[in-house]
Amino acid sequence: MAYSFPEEVLEHVFSFLHSDRDRNAVSLVCKSWYEIDRWSRRRVFIGNCYAISPRAVIRRFPEVRSIKIKGKPHFADFNLVPDGWGGYVFPWITAMASSYPWLEEIHLKRMVVTNACLELIAKSFKNFRVLVLSTCEGFSTDGLASIAANCRNLRELDLRDSEVDDLSGHWLSHFPDSYTSLVSLNISCLGSEVSFSALERLVSRCPNLRSLSLNRAVPIDRIACLLRQAPQLVELGTGAYNAELRPDVFSSLSGAFSCLKELRSLSGFWDAVPAYIPAVYSVCSGITSLNLSYTTMQNPDLTKLVSQCPNLQQLWVLDYIEDCGLEAVAASCKDLRELRVFPSDPYEEDEFDIALTERGLVSVSEGCTNLQSVLYFCRQMSNAALISIAQNRPNLTRFRLCIIEPRSPDYLTLQPLDAGFGAIVEHCKGLRRLSLSGLLTDRVFEYIGTHAKKLEMLSVAFAGESDLGLHLVLSGCESLRKLEIRDCPFGDKALLANAEKLETMRSLWMSSCSVSFGACKLLCRRMPRLNVEVIDETSEVAESRPESFTVQKLYIYRSVAGPRLDMPDYVLSMGEESPDLIG
Amino acid sequence: MEGDSGDGEACPQLELRLGPPGGGGGGGVGGREDLWALKNAACSSKNRHDNPPLVLSFGYFPTPNQYSPGYPSTISPSQHQRVPNSFKESQRSEMQLTDPKGETFSETTAPPTSSQKRTAPAPVVGWPPIRSFRKNISNTSTNQAKQPHPHTALESQNKRNLENEKPLTVKSSAKEKSLFVKINMDGVPIGRKVDLRTFDSYEKLSSAVDQLFRGLLAAQKDSSAGGIQSKEVEEKPITGLLDGREEYTLVYEDYEGDRMLVGDLPWQMFISTVKRLRVLKSSEVSDLTSKLPYKTVLIPCKTIL
Repeated sequence: MAYSFPEEVLEHVFSFLHSDRDRNAVSLVCKSWYEIDRWSRRRVFIGNCYAISPRAVIRRFPEVRSIKIKGKPHFADFNLVPDGWGGYVFPWITAMASSYPWLEEIHLKRMVVTNACLELIAKSFKNFRVLVLSTCEGFSTDGLASIAANCRNLRELDLRDSEVDDLSGHWLSHFPDSYTSLVSLNISCLGSEVSFSALERLVSRCPNLRSLSLNRAVPIDRIACLLRQAPQLVELGTGAYNAELRPDVFSSLSGAFSCLKELRSLSGFWDAVPAYIPAVYSVCSGITSLNLSYTTMQNPDLTKLVSQCPNLQQLWVLDYIEDCGLEAVAASCKDLRELRVFPSDPYEEDEFDIALTERGLVSVSEGCTNLQSVLYFCRQMSNAALISIAQNRPNLTRFRLCIIEPRSPDYLTLQPLDAGFGAIVEHCKGLRRLSLSGLLTDRVFEYIGTHAKKLEMLSVAFAGESDLGLHLVLSGCESLRKLEIRDCPFGDKALLANAEKLETMRSLWMSSCSVSFGACKLLCRRMPRLNVEVIDETSEVAESRPESFTVQKLYIYRSVAGPRLDMPDYVLSMGEESPDLIG
Repeated sequence: MEGDSGDGEACPQLELRLGPPGGGGGGGVGGREDLWALKNAACSSKNRHDNPPLVLSFGYFPTPNQYSPGYPSTISPSQHQRVPNSFKESQRSEMQLTDPKGETFSETTAPPTSSQKRTAPAPVVGWPPIRSFRKNISNTSTNQAKQPHPHTALESQNKRNLENEKPLTVKSSAKEKSLFVKINMDGVPIGRKVDLRTFDSYEKLSSAVDQLFRGLLAAQKDSSAGGIQSKEVEEKPITGLLDGREEYTLVYEDYEGDRMLVGDLPWQMFISTVKRLRVLKSSEVSDLTSKLPYKTVLIPCKTIL
């Protein structure tokens, strides 16, 4: 049947399939479809850089133009993964440098990228267009200079949240005068001042510039002239947004903003002073995305700004917004789809200056019918509130709640929050991502295992009472791909009873739990395609540990590449040959 | 759960059945009467009751939650240790408490004498789960509104704020009359708040503290009593807070973090310097008389409650 259509026709048909899952399904139909797919696959997503070797990817997909690779486990964001753990992208770059000369895009997340990597990228890919380094580290501004100097067709350079060794701002001047193709630039994570005149010249000669996220070092009085060069901007991240109020600066800024007819997204606003905020009012009606999570601006100015954005879809803000601000959001921002509220002072014990409670979230859940994604830090929660939220918003797909004090019960009843989270998973049938917090017993895991059938990622901390909790999740959550657990009394039994499940998932992280060394070895023996890595930062030689020793941190992931070869001393792979594993 | 339907199939089945205690309880919680025992039947579909390679015992479930009546529960309800009552949403009983104002969390004006914030160092690595670049937003930037402290605010911004009559503190002008301070009690994990402006004497404060914590303390004692459910746990009044003779003593912290016995100062002076209250076990409070002419630090400021 397959050969009744020429390959070109099938290839054309496949080109309409954009999701990896669909293309993967297509490739399983028959050998010829497998071949057509592999030769025409242009985008590849590697969710775990250690799950497969670069060679294997290149062998299967020889004509890739865009690659996205993720490295460290998610908990690395919170300093739970020690330095030197891994996630090096260099082997991938070297392999691709020789095999993918037409590579256009590299997207990396939580990987170690060195200057050598950046130089290799700059030299090897003639048509290189997009570099996105999300939460990466290991390179300096010298590496950026190589990219700027050599990538003639670069469209996007996005350093979001990466840790860059910021030697100076001079790298920006390495974009040659002939370079005009910039579409998106995000340097918000950089500390140094870039040469402002170089920046201005760059902006003025790139007519396709759509997205510009400056860093804190760009002062407010420089923004206006930048904006005037780029009235076509769709996304803007300001620098520091504070200065003594000067009417000329204000009116210049205000005038510049009013020319930005296409602007949809605003961010930055470090140190924002309320006096300058009205300068952006003219764009508010078109704004769909607002990231005020760096600004210490407070009410009433903060609420006033947000409530002027009736088309807002995405709001990231600090808890300075308070319940009253969120009520205003619920009333004015009817199309809100994503809300993230971060804590302004996460370690402050005396929190009575902040009036953000569960009520704010309940208001938004009532007023914003399109709300799908929530990340909320607060200091108190009740089952009643969670039940309301669940009943109001069954369309939630991502729900991450962090009650700052671990094991906080329902503050009204002192009960665990099992029933509240149970309501969330029961009502929100499309829930894909969930983070738990507060006082939770094994009961909550029963609810999750029973109801959360679409759940793909679950984060658990300071919860549960026994292995039953973990067992319920592993045995019940059919779609589970990523599970990360810290400080829970989960141990060997649940893990070993659900060994096969682990191969259906991308990864499992467990730290400060009760898993024994012996169980890790047993698991590894039973499941040859799982990499079981024990992280042990104490100084003793890890192999000499007794079977009963409780491992500090455990990272298990499926892989067809076998145990990795770049582990530091403190990571022990259970798959290595060792006498007691034989027989 | 699905375990009930385990027929010997090609893949390992987990069969739920009641089993005798012992054989390794799960998760370190002891003292349970009944245990779920899960048998990990071998791959063959043969007799499931042969000795399986792995016998797993987990903890049991208490009574199903009334909120979600669909859960099967095939064991008799037993009291769960961790939770004072069974998981019944309808059963509020003496657990529910509100402070005198009927709100448990309200806005407050920072006392005008409050100075630099004391930030407790993060006690747990990686918690709360926020990225490093978010951690010091309110510290590193010119945080003029959080604390009316000259060192942290730019002079010009302060002036401008005054010109615009913007309040330097977070709270709106409607609440300027209240003075909420946090109050924690030894043995009770949840702190409460009291509005000191609603009292005019130490006696009234003391009686309010008694009201606030009496029920909470009883609940804590009930929950730690090891599973004996008694709905009528006696709520003892908390007395003698001011004289140190009874079980608990009321102390306060001022804006410099020093701790002192409550009752030294004239009331008005007291409410102008108090930043926080604590109810401590009298045995923990080092012995000092209450008539001290000078402030004395009684205990380290960061005890764990």
